[in-house]
Amino acid sequence: MSKSALNKLKDTDLTTSEHGQAVGLSLDEFERAVKLIGRVPNKVELGCIGAMWSEHCSYKSSRVHLKRLPSAGPRVLVGPGENAGVVDVEPGNPQGWAVAFKVESHNHPSYIEPYQGAATGVGGILRDVFTMGARPIAAMNLLRFGRVAHPKTPSLVDGVVRGIGGYGNCFGVPTVYSSAEFDAAYDGNVLVNAFALGVLRKDRIWKGNASGVGNPVMYVGAKTGRDGIHGATMASDSFSAGKESERPTVQVGDPFKEKLLVEACLELFERGAELLVGIQDMGAAGLTSSLFEMASRAGSGVVIDLDQVPARETGMTAYELMLSESQERMVLVAQAGKDDDVRAIFHKWDLDCTTIGTVSDDGVVRLRKDGVEVCVLPATPLADEAPRYERPFTAPARPEPLTRVDVQALKKNPIQIVLDVLLSPSTAPKTWIYKQYDREVGAGTLMDGTHAAAALVRIPETQIAVALALCCNSRQCSLDPHEGAVRAVVEGVARISAVGAVAVGVTDCLNYGSPLVPEQMGQLAAGVDGIAHACRVLEVPVVSGNVSLYNQTDDQSVLPTPAVGVVGVVDDLATVAPAMPLKAGDVLIRIGAPPTSLEGSFALWGKVGRKGALPVLDLAATSILCGFVRDLRRGGHVLDARPTLLGGLAQCLFDFARCADLSARATLPVDEDFFASFLGEERLCFVVAVDNQGVFDVQRRCADAGIASAVLGALGVSSSFRLQDSGGDVVFDRPFQKLVDDAEAVVPDLIASGRRRSA
Amino acid sequence: MRARVIVRLKPGVLDPQGAAVEDALHTLGFTGASNVRVQKLIELDVDAADADACKLLVLEMADQLLRNPVIEDCGVEVLQ
Repeated sequence: MSKSALNKLKDTDLTTSEHGQAVGLSLDEFERAVKLIGRVPNKVELGCIGAMWSEHCSYKSSRVHLKRLPSAGPRVLVGPGENAGVVDVEPGNPQGWAVAFKVESHNHPSYIEPYQGAATGVGGILRDVFTMGARPIAAMNLLRFGRVAHPKTPSLVDGVVRGIGGYGNCFGVPTVYSSAEFDAAYDGNVLVNAFALGVLRKDRIWKGNASGVGNPVMYVGAKTGRDGIHGATMASDSFSAGKESERPTVQVGDPFKEKLLVEACLELFERGAELLVGIQDMGAAGLTSSLFEMASRAGSGVVIDLDQVPARETGMTAYELMLSESQERMVLVAQAGKDDDVRAIFHKWDLDCTTIGTVSDDGVVRLRKDGVEVCVLPATPLADEAPRYERPFTAPARPEPLTRVDVQALKKNPIQIVLDVLLSPSTAPKTWIYKQYDREVGAGTLMDGTHAAAALVRIPETQIAVALALCCNSRQCSLDPHEGAVRAVVEGVARISAVGAVAVGVTDCLNYGSPLVPEQMGQLAAGVDGIAHACRVLEVPVVSGNVSLYNQTDDQSVLPTPAVGVVGVVDDLATVAPAMPLKAGDVLIRIGAPPTSLEGSFALWGKVGRKGALPVLDLAATSILCGFVRDLRRGGHVLDARPTLLGGLAQCLFDFARCADLSARATLPVDEDFFASFLGEERLCFVVAVDNQGVFDVQRRCADAGIASAVLGALGVSSSFRLQDSGGDVVFDRPFQKLVDDAEAVVPDLIASGRRRSA
Repeated sequence: MRARVIVRLKPGVLDPQGAAVEDALHTLGFTGASNVRVQKLIELDVDAADADACKLLVLEMADQLLRNPVIEDCGVEVLQ
């Protein structure tokens, strides 16, 4: 049954299970809905049920797994289930600061219309954060594109990056960190995950509650149009080639409107409970999900007159008004009799604000249009008793370990292998991307991802800073979904430790293939277990997140990509030296035991087939290591630090040198294998840059703590970037400036090749 | 042959520029203005045998470059 049969129905016409399929409901789900409400739903009701029970809104395939994530902790003020998680930044100060943050996917819209898809992804996540009462102070993103040679890749990169910059820059939030990688697995399904963080006073947190019988339900923000109808259903379905014409219209964002909306909302929040009861943004499934979720959370009902909803077009039906995903809109519940005060605030900011209904006590969402009741549905059962599936899954097969032959082949040409790593689009500098983001607006950015391991943003008018990173090694996740997810959390914690912060909270965006394919469901289950395990050992709670499934085109699924956002706190900026300019002669010291194999290394990706058995990471030891580096960072002699991640030590040293604009030379200590030490990724270590006088002190502190350390070399001693093996033989040697120029050219060349191709 | 292409947002797609123009008109006192949509007009010379061929060619150009088929549609007129 196509959507056209559904389109022919009027709002109040009764539906059949075939119409159900058109809104994404299976036969069983349609019958479940009929049983739940005791009759056959009409078109409006069916639309609401379809949206609420879509994968995107109901998490029906993932919910049983998400329960395993640890979400409690002494600093957690609001956990998963609200618009964003909130974590305490100043425990012990009852009126102190807290941060609200969340990461969310906008993969499907961005593939269809890269600019607007990515832009509205940023808009949506910003609204999630300021709905909690927080002023957004930082944004970051994780992007995964197809291989460079794919004809669509250049225009997708270009559109997505411009879209993120366009929205974030106009809104006025600094985009401080971006992780962008490329792989053939994303050819037909890019990933665009957007993160936002805001600050608020912990005694002023707002939630999406519709409580208090008789209180007015108000609609604020932009008008409702016919855009993005069925977005939630689309995000819960996979693409197939040649279906372009069936694709629904995507939404167009208006960042200037959103700026007005945040200022109006923050002004309203200032007035506090005198005016406001609860507030929620309209995201996926628009008015439907906001009304049902707000009523369900409060155990109340609402009576809504849809004729009062500000419409951008004439003749919109109830079905369209309920399912539109027009941007920059919110629903709020005000205190009875305060409608006029609320309206005055929004009108001052040039925004529509209308009372559209009232809170009731019968637990039912009632919608009227043209004087006719078009929808009568119970709120809680629809929001909370959505189907939950224990989808069958198979445990991912562990790939074979590398053989001697695999590694020997690699060792024949060490220079090329190192070059392949340093000049790959995934590891290459993302200057072209960062340059399009305003990283400084708000004047709070102390470090950003262009030159540091993590971003560091000051909370306005304090000496407190928030550290952020958004990470995932999708290749390791595809080899071992559990261990790969563990390492995504570890990467985030390592990055923020390197800038001197303590991890306080995690948000995750789980990007996987189809939940109906047992192998892909198995990847999700293993990924959740991996995140849960790592977060438990590292004692950092998961406070918010999002699941994006059906990331596949035809049978091609993306690499399992659990994007993990880690947020840390530096409670006194005076204790942490901001990344000092490095100078020639500064010494590079490796902290932690080096890898001893190439299992799971980027250097071997695509060269040996699906091979590589990642060992189980010693989380307890890694946690101690991260804590040790964090303390070192506060020591004085340590000028900068970076964990070894994608591309191993070689990439880490190159990034150090590139960011310092000084060449580097490194020699391995005795008895180490060149390949394992420089390119291995099976375990984590750090490199720190230390001024000459501090070397002995750092080594002594490492020895006292029982942590391995090795002086590798120094910055700026010659004009070449040189890697030497344990015997002191030069294995890799390249003019430094040429290498930097080549690396910096990788991403711009990719975009230029797309322009040439389309010319 | 001279051709004229009008590229416009599909009906229902938000037009922030149009909305801004409308607001500005209202501020200036033109309260009677409504449903403002800003469109794009492109004129070009095309080597083509006749008007039909010209139109086909320009439509192809429109699909590949002049419009974003996801959110915009277009009309082509051959001016002779």
